[in-house]
Amino acid sequence: MKTKSTLLPQSSEWTFESLLLYEKAIGDIAKEFHLDTYSNQIEVISSEQMIDLYATTGLPIHYPHWSFGKQFVNTEKLYLKGYTNLSYEMVINSNPCISYLLEENSMTMQAIVIAHACYGHNSFFKNNYLFKTWTNAESIIDYMVFAKNYIHKCEQKYGANAVEELLDACHALKNYGVDRYKRPQKISLHEEEARQTERAAYRQSQVNDLWRTIPENFQKKQHLGSKKHRLPKEPEENLLYFLEKNAPLLEPWQREVIRISRKIAQYFYPQKLTKVMNEGWATFWHYTIINELYNRKMVSDSFMIDFIKNHTNLVYQLPYDNPNYYGINPYTFGYKMFSDIKRMCTAPTDEDNTFFPELTKQDPLEALDFAMRNFEDESFILQYLSPKLMRDLKLFAILDDEKAPNIKVTAIHNNAGYESLRQLLSQQYNLAFVEPNIQIYDVNVKGDRSIILRHVQTDHRPLDEESTEKVLHYFHSLWGFDVVLESVSAEGTVLKIFRCPAIERPLTSESP
Amino acid sequence: MSQFIDRRTNGRNKSTVSRQRFLNRFKKQIKESISKALSQRSITDIHVGEKITVPKKDIHEPFFHHAPGGSIKRVFPGNREYSVGDTIARPPASQQQGAGGEASDQGEGVDEFTFEINKDEFLDFFFEDLELPDLVKTELKSVPQFQNVKSGLSLYGSPSNINITRSFRKALGRRISFGTDKRKKLKIAEDRLSGLSKKIEANSPRRLRLKKYIVFMKEKITAIPFIDTFDILYNRTTKQINPSTQAIMFCVMDVSGSMDEAKKDMAKRFFILLYLFLTRSYQKIQIIFIRHHTSAKEVGEQEFFYSRETGGTVVSSALELIYDIIIDRYATNDWNIYVAQASDGDNWNADSPYCQSLLKEKIMPLVQYYAYIEIMPRHHQSLWNSYLTVKEENNNFAMQTISKPSDIFPVLHALFKRKAS
Repeated sequence: MKTKSTLLPQSSEWTFESLLLYEKAIGDIAKEFHLDTYSNQIEVISSEQMIDLYATTGLPIHYPHWSFGKQFVNTEKLYLKGYTNLSYEMVINSNPCISYLLEENSMTMQAIVIAHACYGHNSFFKNNYLFKTWTNAESIIDYMVFAKNYIHKCEQKYGANAVEELLDACHALKNYGVDRYKRPQKISLHEEEARQTERAAYRQSQVNDLWRTIPENFQKKQHLGSKKHRLPKEPEENLLYFLEKNAPLLEPWQREVIRISRKIAQYFYPQKLTKVMNEGWATFWHYTIINELYNRKMVSDSFMIDFIKNHTNLVYQLPYDNPNYYGINPYTFGYKMFSDIKRMCTAPTDEDNTFFPELTKQDPLEALDFAMRNFEDESFILQYLSPKLMRDLKLFAILDDEKAPNIKVTAIHNNAGYESLRQLLSQQYNLAFVEPNIQIYDVNVKGDRSIILRHVQTDHRPLDEESTEKVLHYFHSLWGFDVVLESVSAEGTVLKIFRCPAIERPLTSESP
Repeated sequence: MSQFIDRRTNGRNKSTVSRQRFLNRFKKQIKESISKALSQRSITDIHVGEKITVPKKDIHEPFFHHAPGGSIKRVFPGNREYSVGDTIARPPASQQQGAGGEASDQGEGVDEFTFEINKDEFLDFFFEDLELPDLVKTELKSVPQFQNVKSGLSLYGSPSNINITRSFRKALGRRISFGTDKRKKLKIAEDRLSGLSKKIEANSPRRLRLKKYIVFMKEKITAIPFIDTFDILYNRTTKQINPSTQAIMFCVMDVSGSMDEAKKDMAKRFFILLYLFLTRSYQKIQIIFIRHHTSAKEVGEQEFFYSRETGGTVVSSALELIYDIIIDRYATNDWNIYVAQASDGDNWNADSPYCQSLLKEKIMPLVQYYAYIEIMPRHHQSLWNSYLTVKEENNNFAMQTISKPSDIFPVLHALFKRKAS
């Protein structure tokens, strides 16, 4: 397809007419680069509406909860006092892909956002394997409608306070409401509602069966059966799933609410795993597409200067010792990773040929597409981080051992350090490594129904005691019986035990 | 393939419900903040929002996370001077954020969560203890009504406000003044033309010159615009609060030793409520604070609420002072006078009958409304009984014993009822 190179509107004020023209031009170029996207639904919103969206992590529909109100109040305060800028865009992994443009943006910003969100993020959502496996772009909006209505019904039936307490508990555990291996099914709102009723009835019968207290061979089984009846059979990492299916005292509606919150957590899970790739991919493409517009003389020099200024701000990496250093900037890092892949395919050096003999022979577009589809941050870095990029970013690794008096530098960007740097940086993006590894270990099915969670330490890092106790309290409110959390070393020695309720109760007392 | 939607016209308060839940959840803390604010605020400042501070630990949403410690390996960008094996002194704990990385994710380090509630929400919380009827609440919260009043003319304004008569009159005046000179010259020229003797030929240069001059003058006269932009006058209006009347509010409080902080706080709520009521009806309100023990004194608000005195109590001293001030400064017809008196009921026994006669004969005829509250008295003393007789004779006198904030409203009940009907 041939694009006629006519100059696009140059006014820095956007209008709907100019947005359409830009969108068309950007879309055409994206197609030439084989970006495969969902269709776009682009919504122009005001800053207040953006603050609203912040409160619900971008989802346009959400059930109400005080924590969203808190988030809203906080963002509003920071924004009105000028402490923070709102982001220029927000995009939702849905089909059609909904992106939001802030009305205050200049025309240049809107063009960047359209290229970044509507084509960059959009194609990533559609094609990355994590999103394809674990989220349903088709049904998320429908599901949120279902969730909102369901929670509303529960509030009417059981009272807003009961629902709020339940949601508090679910929110505290939402990082542990995620399946890493199972694939959720695709269903629509209608099916979801139909199946909900069915599920509620069935589930209750299952739970009842599990906790059946008919004293058949009771004594014998308690002795022999500890191995046989072990629950869960394997340690379970999805705590909310386990609670939904197995907590003895929950009512059907409570199980459904737990299910809703873990579904939402699951939906956001891939975004946590691909922060660098996702932002990098979108940034790489907005940079490439806008430059292409310029090469075709469709935008002016002044537009380009405005663009370059914004782009440079976006991909600026503060050095580690800057007081405002906030970690590695995912925009910078991801953008450089993808740019580097392109560089290695188009102009490989001898070094690249030694490190990436396969990659340097490939067509750049194909190589980029392959990288986008088949990796998450951790594996992406492990696969593609090149010595040149490590030098460019001036990476270095440290070891901060609490037993040592000082922090030690263990690797820098030189021949000896490349492998180790790449390993360590990749691990830094491994969620299982960043979040404490806590799984359900054992339930005393035939005894007092107490449950044991296990935290396996990584790098000898302890749990934060205050928050752990609070979260256990929530866990206890869902489980209904004693909860024990054992913090064990990598070798399996128990180092610390948390309990909820904290003090051993006399045997006669009833559980709350 | 792509579709644009303008959502800006949609509602922008999607989070209202969540925000409301948030406020409800932290009601206790907010109310604490508000009672703190009430004790620090001036009575007249009641119509603004308030900054609320909630301890971070109350508002924190817990989740499993690591504590500092262990042996952490981490990669950083921007190396300048380090090579392998170098050691770096560990930054102090307060700066761990930069090096530790994770602290920032948890949003800790700040002890308090501060946000603002607006005027309406503030008043809602203020009213909550007072148990006001809903109708009264909405009335108190309502913004004063404005009325547009004509106030002369202006050179600028919107086309709908053009004053046609005055604009035309001005245009007419301009046309006359600009044209007079020209018409005069025209007249002279015409006269001259007709005065020329017939002997002079029709196309003689003189006649032609005159004719040409006449045509030129006529053109000049018609060139004066019928109406010009600066002729146009606009009606000017200004906003006036309706009704625009003025009121005096006397706050009278016993400051003898038995009035402790709790009682004063109650009294303050009582004064605020009366003030709120008055702001609804009057544009301009002056508050006069009178404190008394054995003698009365007019003071500023700060001194009124915060300085303590000891000694006996002679209520009549305050009543005398009220009367003097009214006579001295406020001619009754121009001012609406309200008196709010708070006391714990103590009075020198021999003084009470005098108070009674002072009220009946001098003060009650001058004031719109007199409200008296007795805060947590041990038992009613002579003052209460004297006031009871005043109440029987005057229907604009109200009194009440108060032990909790919700008792305050009934004192002013008659006042609200009368206005609401």
